[in-house]
This record gives sequence, C-alpha cells and structure tokens, in this order.
Amino acid sequence: MMTFIYQLINGLQVGSIYALVALGYSMVYGIIMLLNFAHGDVIMIGAYTIWISITAMGLHPVLAVLMAVVICTLLGMFIEKVAYTPLRKSPRISLLITAIGVSMLLQNLAQIVFGANAQTIPSIVTAPNITVGSMQVSVTAVITIVVSILSMLGLTFLVQKTKMGKAMRAVSEDTEAAQLMGIHVNHTISFTFAIGSALAGIGAALYCCAYPQATPTMGSMLGLKAFVAAVLGGIGSIPGAMIGGFVIGIAEALVKAAGLSVWADGVVFAILIVVLLFKPTGLLGRTMNEKV
Amino acid sequence: MNFPNHKGKMVPVPSTSIIPERDLGKIPVLEARHLGVDFGGLTAVDEFDITVGRTEIAGLIGPNGAGKTTVFNLLTKVYQPTRGTILLDTRDTAGMNTVQVSQAGIARTFQNIRLFKSLSVLDNVLIGLHNTMKYPLGSALLRLPSYWKQEKQAREKALELLSIFEMQDVADTPAGSLPYGAQRRLEIVRALGTSPKLLLLDEPAAGMNPSETYELMENILKIRDTFQIAIMLIEHDMNLVMGICEGIAVLNYGRIIAKGTAEEVRENPVVVEAYLGKKKEG
Repeated sequence: MMTFIYQLINGLQVGSIYALVALGYSMVYGIIMLLNFAHGDVIMIGAYTIWISITAMGLHPVLAVLMAVVICTLLGMFIEKVAYTPLRKSPRISLLITAIGVSMLLQNLAQIVFGANAQTIPSIVTAPNITVGSMQVSVTAVITIVVSILSMLGLTFLVQKTKMGKAMRAVSEDTEAAQLMGIHVNHTISFTFAIGSALAGIGAALYCCAYPQATPTMGSMLGLKAFVAAVLGGIGSIPGAMIGGFVIGIAEALVKAAGLSVWADGVVFAILIVVLLFKPTGLLGRTMNEKV
Repeated sequence: MNFPNHKGKMVPVPSTSIIPERDLGKIPVLEARHLGVDFGGLTAVDEFDITVGRTEIAGLIGPNGAGKTTVFNLLTKVYQPTRGTILLDTRDTAGMNTVQVSQAGIARTFQNIRLFKSLSVLDNVLIGLHNTMKYPLGSALLRLPSYWKQEKQAREKALELLSIFEMQDVADTPAGSLPYGAQRRLEIVRALGTSPKLLLLDEPAAGMNPSETYELMENILKIRDTFQIAIMLIEHDMNLVMGICEGIAVLNYGRIIAKGTAEEVRENPVVVEAYLGKKKEG
C-alpha cells in the first residue's frame, strides 16, 4: 500500500510536468492548428539555461528558473515569427514539416554548443522531505504538483476571463471575423506562443528537479509524451491536457513500480491507441463538425 | 409595409451622389471614389462611387454575383482595392488593414453567419468590445482594480447592447445553439460593440419570414436613431430595401448602373432590365 501511494505521488509529479508541456501543444494547436513539434526542444533549451545560469553564472536557483522562463518565452515567440508566420497561408503540412525542422535544428545546435554528453544540473530545491504520518514526501514533488496546478488555474482564468483570452478564442474560431472585430491576429498568435513557451520554461525547471540533467535530445521524448497527453485529453482543451498528463504520468509510474520499466513507454502509447479507438477526439475533446 | 417619415429628403452633393438633407451640413461618413478591384484578369468591381451621409440608411442591391459583398470586403479591407480611394470620415483608409479599419469605425455582419459559435452570446459581444478595454495583461493576472472595473463596464455595456434585441436572457447560451434569426441579430449586436460610425449589414433579412423582416426593419431604424450612425445594407428583400433605405445604389457586373431614392430606382428601366432581362421587341 505504501509503495502504491509513493508511486502515485511520483506519477502525479511526472504527470504535472507532462500536463504543463501538453498545455503548450494544446494552446498552439487550438489557435493555428499546428502541432508544434519544436515545443519539447524549447524545454531542452530551458534546461540548459538553468544549467548555465547556475553553474557558469552562479545565479541563485530561483533566478535561474526565472531566466529559463524568460528565455523560453522569447525563443517561442522568435520561432513563431521566423518559422511559422511566413507560412500562415501555406498548407498545414508545410507548417508541420517546418516544426519538425525547427526541432532538429534546436537539437543539433544544442549538441554543437553544449556537447552531446549529459550535463548535471545542481539541485534547484534544497529542503528536507515533509513527513506525513509515517510517510516521507519529497518537497520537489509537492512543489511540482502545486506549481502546475496554479499555472493551470492561471491559464484558465486568462483564457476565460480576460480580453486577451477572448481574442485567442475568437481567432481560433474564425480568424477573419476576429480581424473585423478589431482583433490583431498576429499579436494574438504571438501571445499564445509566448504563454505556451513560458509554461515550457516552468516545465523545464520542474523537469530538472525530477531528473537533474540536460541532454540535447531530452526534449523529444518529453515532448512526445506531452503530445500524447494532449491528444489523450482532447487537444485544444485545458482541463483535457491536465487530465491527459496525470493519466500518463501515473500509468508510467505504476508500470515502473510493477518492475516493468522497459514497458513504461509502450504502455503510454498503448493507452493512447485504446482511448483514440473509443473516443477519437480524446477524453474531453470537442466533437469536430466536418463541413459538408 | 410602411415606414413613413423615416426617410429624409435626398439632396445631391458634389461627388455625384445623394445624401439625406438632414446630413447635408455634416461630413459624410463614407466616400468611395473610383473604387475597383481585379482578381487576376477579372475585374470584380470597377468605378464604384458612393457617398453615405452621417445618419443615412443606404442600400446596395443588384443581381446575384454583381459584386455587392465584394464591395463590403473592399470597404473593410478584407480585399485591398486595386484602384480608387475610400474616405472614412474624410480619413483615407489607403494602407490600413482590416483591424485598423475596424478601429476607425466600420463594422459588419456576414451573409453566412460567422459568429464565434462555441463561445457564449455574451462573450461574442465582449469580443466586439475588445478594443474598448485597455487594461494591461499584468493587471488582469494580478486582478488589479482596473481589470475588474473595465471588465465590469464591458459586461454592462454588452448586456445593454443585447437588450436592444431583448437578448439579455440568453447571454450565457453558446452562440451556435441560438435559433437562426437570433444568430443574425447577435451578429448585429456584436458589430455594434465595436462602436462603429458605419455599420455594414450583408443580407440581414436572409432566411427571415415577413414578420421577422418587419421587426428587423424597425430595429435597423432604432439602431440608427439610438446610435446616430450610418447603416449600409445589402439585401434581396425589396420590401426591406424600399421600406427603409434612403439612397440606393444598384450594382450589376461590378459597376453601379443606377443610384437614387427608392422611387427613382424602382422606375429606372436599366434596373428593371438588370433584374428581369430585356423585353423582347415585337
């Protein structure tokens, strides 16, 4: 029983990270129907930012995290402006291929600049474990879960209750009509990338707490799993991304706990396949009405 | 159907057009001169001239495919004109994009309804009010008073606009689940949210029955009188056009073939020919 609860907490911790990253996928997909495969690599850059800030620049870990958020935000907006904006009117497949290209570019750049070996990141959170009854819960796990839930709530508020959020929803439904209402479509899309990438920055920090090392390819598996989480929950839906992240994180932790670590990734994708067989739009996805 | 005393006496202005007499001393809200657009080799609209008075209800009619919606798309810069000038309130809109034109004071509705269907009725109107809210993002995230105040004001304004069509009660319904007629009305409310000087209505009565159309006519007049704005509409329902439009322009093959008051247009043989074809001789 104890092990089960420990694994559940582990799962929630990893799941929160997946959920945060999944939100980035979901938001961008929601607004321009692009699967931004470079999203995972933005997280990788975030992880390296933290590493440099702490080891080379000697910054306080909190400042390092802030730095990562800022760098990720700027990088996300930069990628959007340079790689995606010129293709706004192109077929979606061109955008998709470009996204994969950006992803490879970032991975290889990181390899040239930082080398292919894993860099160890000093621990960001240094606090003793919390004791609940006879259990020891790591502070990192608690912080991770709390931070991601707060980010999620903040994002929901932003999308539902502010004019920028309304502009985002308007653009995602009908770009032209939104323009005619006086909404700057370019600003709104930029803003969406900024928010998604800021979440990636937070995700990077939380990921570094759980697995304290940075490699040039760390973003691809993390990104892929977060993408699975987004699709599982229903891409475009905020609570969907959250639930998808938790489901995958917990499933992974439990499979590992059962001594089947090699199967963990397989199980994640198997869950995706099964869910999509029965509910093609994901758990909380909107049903798409095909125009006839 | 009869709407007496709603139409002003029309008087000519120097730009070869007519505007209601009551608007004579005021700057016309819209003046288009020699407006034209080509798509590849095809000239869709050419030599389009119109002057719309400050509080005029203008009509744009013509057979299907005449280029009426294209004119709306030119005025709102969905298409950039190939030729000609558009003066909105004497301001040249050359080089402006759709967003700037919307901020400068033109709002429109669409022939095929284009609401944000999954958003609530209220949110649709709030999106129309987008540019009236000026708070920075930080104040929203920190929930500062300026955020609350402006969101609250916008909400009140939106509900007030909805009350024109008695739609306050459905404010929280998703726009897509409203009945057809209500969706058309909501589009007008959303457009009014942008506080336009000129409201373009693209076939507002399409798909409405005669009593709904009658109600719509009353509402168009009410909107004009309450907000003191100009309205230009495209419509196939001649009862509506002849009933409330003051200046009417008839478009065929992308060119204006006749301009005048309802009576003048109705009597014009060129217009009759455009709609019904040429009478066979003999």
